[in-house]
Amino acid sequence: MADPLLSRRWPAGRVEEVRSETADATTLVIRPGHGWRPAHRAGQYVPVGVRIDGVLHWRTYSLTSPPGRPGDPFTLTVRALPDGHVSRYLAHRLHPGEVLRLGPAQGDFQLPDPPPRRLLLFTAGIGITPVMAMLRDLADNGRLAEGTDVLLVHSAPDPARTVFGPELRSMAEDLPWFRLHEHHTRAGARPAGHLAPEQLPALCPDWRERDTWACGPVALLESAERLWGEEGLAERLHTERFRPVPLLPSGTTDSAAPGVPVHFAASGVETAAGTGTPLLHVGEAAGVAMPSGCRMGICYSCVSPLLHGRVRDLRTGEVHGEPGDLIQTCVSAASGPVALDL
Amino acid sequence: MSTALSTEPVLPDPPGAPSRGTDTEALGRELDRIRADVLARRGAEDARYIHTVVAVHRRLEIAGRAALAVSLLPPAWLAGTAALSTAKILENLELGHNIMHGQWDWMRDPAIHSTTWEWDNPTPAYAWKHTHNHIHHTWTNVVGRDRDLGFTVLRMSKDQPWHPFHLFQPVLAALGAPLFEWMAALYDLEADAVLQRRKPLRAFLRDTANTVRKGARQAAKDYLLFPLLAGPSAVPCLLGNLTANTVRSLWAHTVIFCGHFPDGVRSFTEEEIENETRGQWYLRQVLGSANIEGGTVFHVLTGNLSHQIEHHLFPDLPSNRYAEIAPRVREVLTAHGIPYTTGPLLKQYASTWARICRMALPNLHRATQSRPQGEKAA
Repeated sequence: MADPLLSRRWPAGRVEEVRSETADATTLVIRPGHGWRPAHRAGQYVPVGVRIDGVLHWRTYSLTSPPGRPGDPFTLTVRALPDGHVSRYLAHRLHPGEVLRLGPAQGDFQLPDPPPRRLLLFTAGIGITPVMAMLRDLADNGRLAEGTDVLLVHSAPDPARTVFGPELRSMAEDLPWFRLHEHHTRAGARPAGHLAPEQLPALCPDWRERDTWACGPVALLESAERLWGEEGLAERLHTERFRPVPLLPSGTTDSAAPGVPVHFAASGVETAAGTGTPLLHVGEAAGVAMPSGCRMGICYSCVSPLLHGRVRDLRTGEVHGEPGDLIQTCVSAASGPVALDL
Repeated sequence: MSTALSTEPVLPDPPGAPSRGTDTEALGRELDRIRADVLARRGAEDARYIHTVVAVHRRLEIAGRAALAVSLLPPAWLAGTAALSTAKILENLELGHNIMHGQWDWMRDPAIHSTTWEWDNPTPAYAWKHTHNHIHHTWTNVVGRDRDLGFTVLRMSKDQPWHPFHLFQPVLAALGAPLFEWMAALYDLEADAVLQRRKPLRAFLRDTANTVRKGARQAAKDYLLFPLLAGPSAVPCLLGNLTANTVRSLWAHTVIFCGHFPDGVRSFTEEEIENETRGQWYLRQVLGSANIEGGTVFHVLTGNLSHQIEHHLFPDLPSNRYAEIAPRVREVLTAHGIPYTTGPLLKQYASTWARICRMALPNLHRATQSRPQGEKAA
């Protein structure tokens, strides 16, 4: 009971090792506690809850280790984003011994079993993480068919800033079925710029005959989806987005209405609100069945999960909130487009 | 600027006391500043505090249950009952009451959150949050609105009508103390609200079913499951559990009654609070609450409700901060000439019982009821 790793209700894991990969990417070796559902599949991600200044923050990260036995340590690789409160903490400030909350491994960005014989992996930046788990899994378990060919086309700023660069290069040397093409956007005298899917046919002439797994920035994935779609090959492309498409209020229903768009997702109501109007009033005026109580911010009867956007506390003026937070609708106003789970 | 509420104390002012008129809007701003200061500093230290309380509670409960499992030995019975009583008091007050107020919601930890916490008590969390967080904290000490003012059976203000039934209230209050947890579960059903057509019968029946279910589970746990697990120690284990629950009830009853009923605490009429501003709401919270003096351990065991005034001003600030802001709150109130009711436990307890007995009788000086506010008693 005293050891958080024994909790089944709130699964957790202890950080055993912190390994620097590049200047801004760090691998965390985590030993999961008893409550964590074992056996992830290569390519899946895991929700991680980290306490910073007393506040628990949740983010999801791809598992970078191949599936192990239940209870085995696994790895995550985190890149510090310039304005990433959580990612910077995990990459630069976390110490071995700290305990992180864990959610179940999830996601269907996975290779089939057995894996296809001809495979194209198309990644950029930290998008390499789920694919790294796949490659390590393939290298480990040797259930590859005769004549398997795996090509990884990976884009990174330069060799030093290529996460897992040394390991990928040595894999390409040692493994007969694995080929690596590195694209460097900022290396050398003439930086190559961003990798566009249109360059793929030159790098991989038989891309149409391959099943492709792609992971990277949204722009890359969108252009890849466009290219595969135009060729009628959409079902051969599997993509992974690090951030789910945010549930934005459209804000287009009534452009004459003053204020910012507010979306009540469960009721399907779209409306607009002033930034000084409590969301409780906004919902009630729009006919949403809003939970309510004291109407002055003391009883916590009116809380609702925030799905998108940030809110302003009308008592203090503080702007706060991230997806999943429970906010007090009676003392919170929209500070921009907002979606609530009501 | 004057105030809609009279700060007139129950007892007349001592000679030379400062004037009672106050600028409630300035008062509101000063109290808001105290709240903002705490919010700005709230962080890892507070999180460590509540996690420590959770850990201490768990260890005490495990130790208590383990000792009661072998409670045929009298020292084990004593130690187990003491540990379990303390665990239940911590769980009820410093954890349950404060977590369900949302004091720890900012940590975003689902394990310590107002929306997920279910306590070791026969009344379901959601029912208690309605009657306590919403009704009591919004309408503190307003006759006719705050059902906690006498808990619908006791007469605690001379503004409440007297019935001959109230002659029995000292006995009723005394019986209610050891059974407080069960009385609270009954009270949270709001049967009176059904009779007054403020609560639909359907909701009452649903709540009754939920409370019966929760209460049965509570009773089964303490009076069936753990005694059976104790094997040959079943009977002393059951008696230990019964004692722990009774001790917890007596203690919670004491702390809660001393928070609003000692001498010096005011009640209010609905007319007095019409169009109340934030500053006036603050003023009412202060005038309607009383503190109990004591040391750190005492404060933790009361769930920091020994700082009832600070709790009623800022019900959602972390409880460990009440002791820290109490001197500042008192200073602000004193500067505004507002009484700050506080005293040691025995004094507050005696004065609470004196009021229970006094209010059992009809008002002796009817004239004082219609006396204009602010006028000194002759």
